Amino acid sequence: MPNQAMSDRLAGVGASPGRAAGPVYRKAEPPTFDSLTPQQRELDAPVTAEQAIAALCAVSDDLAHRSASARNRGRGVAADVLRTQSMIAADSTLANDVTARIAAGRDGSEAIAEAIERYKELLTTHGGYLAERAADLDDIRHRALAYALELPQPGVPDPGRPFILVADDLFPSDTALLDPTSVIALVTRRGGPTSHTAILAKSLGIPAVVGCAGALDLADGAVVSVDGSTGQVRRVSAKQAARIQDHARLARERLAATTGPGRTRDGHPVPLLLNIGSAADVQGVDQLEGVGLFRTEFLYLGRSDTPSATDQEQAYHEVFAAVGPRKVVLRTLDAGADKPLPFLSMPDEANPALGVRGIRVTRNRPELLTSQLEAVAAAAKARDADVWVMAPMVTTRAEAEAFATQVHAAGLDMAGVMIEVPAAALQAHRILEVVDFLSIGTNDLSQYTLAADRTNAELADLLDHWQPALLQLIGACAAAGTAAGKPVGVCGEAASDPVLALVLVGLGITTLSMSPPSVAAVRASLARHTLDQCRHLADLALAARDAAEARATVAASTAAES
Amino acid sequence: MISREVTIGSRIGLHGRPAAAVVDLAAGLPVPVHITMNGRTADARSIISVLALGARGGDVVTVHAEGDTAEGALDTVVALLARDLDAEPGDV
Repeated sequence: MPNQAMSDRLAGVGASPGRAAGPVYRKAEPPTFDSLTPQQRELDAPVTAEQAIAALCAVSDDLAHRSASARNRGRGVAADVLRTQSMIAADSTLANDVTARIAAGRDGSEAIAEAIERYKELLTTHGGYLAERAADLDDIRHRALAYALELPQPGVPDPGRPFILVADDLFPSDTALLDPTSVIALVTRRGGPTSHTAILAKSLGIPAVVGCAGALDLADGAVVSVDGSTGQVRRVSAKQAARIQDHARLARERLAATTGPGRTRDGHPVPLLLNIGSAADVQGVDQLEGVGLFRTEFLYLGRSDTPSATDQEQAYHEVFAAVGPRKVVLRTLDAGADKPLPFLSMPDEANPALGVRGIRVTRNRPELLTSQLEAVAAAAKARDADVWVMAPMVTTRAEAEAFATQVHAAGLDMAGVMIEVPAAALQAHRILEVVDFLSIGTNDLSQYTLAADRTNAELADLLDHWQPALLQLIGACAAAGTAAGKPVGVCGEAASDPVLALVLVGLGITTLSMSPPSVAAVRASLARHTLDQCRHLADLALAARDAAEARATVAASTAAES
Repeated sequence: MISREVTIGSRIGLHGRPAAAVVDLAAGLPVPVHITMNGRTADARSIISVLALGARGGDVVTVHAEGDTAEGALDTVVALLARDLDAEPGDV
C-alpha cells in the first residue's frame, strides 16, 4: 500500500553504525487501555485485584524466561536488561500500589496503568539512563494489560525474509531475541542514543536509527536503506538495496576478521594512525595506535591576526586529551600562497605550489614557528602526552636541522619532517642524520615528482599513487629509515588503499596514517599477508613499467594468494 | 536500628545490573534493609524503589537495618554497594 506521506528521505539519530537495506516491517503495537474501544472496555471490565496481580506475575515470568533464553544465546547485555525488567514487574512496591488503587475503586487495568505511570515519572525526573529505562515500564504496562484483557502480546513481525524492523519504540523484550540474520536494521520513532534500541543494536552489530520522526509513515514492505552512522533513512530500489547489503556484508566480514593493533599475518607491527584536523575528528582512536597527522591550520583559518598563545595551547590541549596516552604527530603550520591566510599577507606568486609555503614561511616569519612550538610544548607537558612534531615542505638537510634544533630546544623530544619534495626524498638518509623520524605526504610528493598539479583533474593518471617513480622515492625513504633505525611513516591517501598499503609495508614503511573510514579495510588487508609477501608485492610494483601495470600485477598476486 | 554510610562504587550508579544485584542480595537477608539518599528511602528488596533513588557512581548513601542480625546484613550490603559492579564481567 503506497503511502503518500512518506518522503524519500527521513532523518533520525544514528545509534549503531553500519549500513543495511531491505524491506521494512512494523512491530505490532501493543493494546493500550486508551486504544481500546468502549465495547472492549465494557466486555473485559472489571479486572479484579487478583487478575491484575496475576497479570503482573505472568509478565514477570515471561520476561524472566526471555532473559534466560537471551543468556543461553550469549546475549548477556540483553539478558541483564530483561532480568531487571522482570524484577520490576514482580516488585512488591508496585503490586501494593496497584492493589491499593483497586481497593480505592479503580478498575484493575486502570490501576496498573496509573501505578506504572507514577514510577515512570519518578524515573524520568532523574534524566539520562533512568529516563531511558522509563520505556521498560511502558512495556510492562502494555504486556500486563494484554494479559489482563486476554489480548495477544505485542511483538515483532516475522515476514519470513530479512527485514528492517520499524517501531514507535522497541523494548528489551522485543529486541532480546531478535535474530540479526533476519532483522538487518532497526528504526524507531522514539529513543535516544542510550536507548535499548541503541544498546542492543550495538551488541548485535546491526545498524540502528532512533528518534526518526517519520518512521511510522513507512509502509510494510517499502524498501529503504539505513545508515546507522549518519541517521539517514532513504527509499531505494531493490537493486540498490541488494548492492548495499553486499557492501555491508563484505565490510562486516573484514571488520569481524580483524581487530586490535595493525600487524601483518606473521605479527610484524604496523601501527595504524588517524589523520585529523581538530579534536572533533578524533573518532575511534581507541581502536588505533594514535594520530599520525594532526593538521594545525584550523587554528589560523579566517583570522586577521596570529592566534594567542592561550588559544593555541587550549586547542592542542583538547586534541591531546581526546587522544589520551597514544602518540600524536603534529604538523606545524602549513600555509603559503597556495593555502593563503589573511594575516600572513603573502604576496601573490606566479607559481604558488613552488613558492613560499610550509616551512619556507618561517624564512620571513620565524616567530610563527617559535610561538607554535611553545604552545605545543606547554600543552604536551600539561597532558603528559606523547607528542611528535614535524615540519611541512622541507627540502634540504639544513632546513631539517634548523627545525629539529628548535623543536628540541622547546622541550619536545621527537622532531621530524614531512617528505613531500623529491629532493628531500632523495636525501632522506642525510635528513635522517638530524631528525628523529620522517612522514611521507604522498599527495604532494606525487604532485612534485610527476610535475602534475594535484588540483587538475585532467592529470589524475599522472597523480596515480601506483606510479613506479613515486614508489621508488618512498622506497628510498623507507630504506634510509631502516638503515638509521628511525621510523618512516606514510600519511597521505596512499596509506588508505588496502592493497597499496601492503606495498608500502613491503618497502619498509613503519606506520600508516589515514582517515577513520579506511582503517578497518587496511587492518584486515595487513592481517591477511606476511611481511615477506608484502616485500614480494613491493618488488612487483617497483618492477612494473607503469602505474596500471603495478596495480594490476599486485592485485593479481594478492588474489592468487587468498 | 543501626546505619552506615557508603559511596556507590559502580560508575554508572545503581542502575541495571548493579541495582539487580543489590535487590537479589537484600531479598536473601533475614532482616529488611533500607537505603536512604537525599531524604528518599528505598526498600532494598524493591528494584523500583532502588532505581528511583537515582544514585550515581560516587554518591554517598546511608544503609539502615534493624534486628539481631542487622550488623551482618549491613556489612554485606555496604560491601556490595562499594564494589564497581559495572567493571565485573557478566556471565556472557
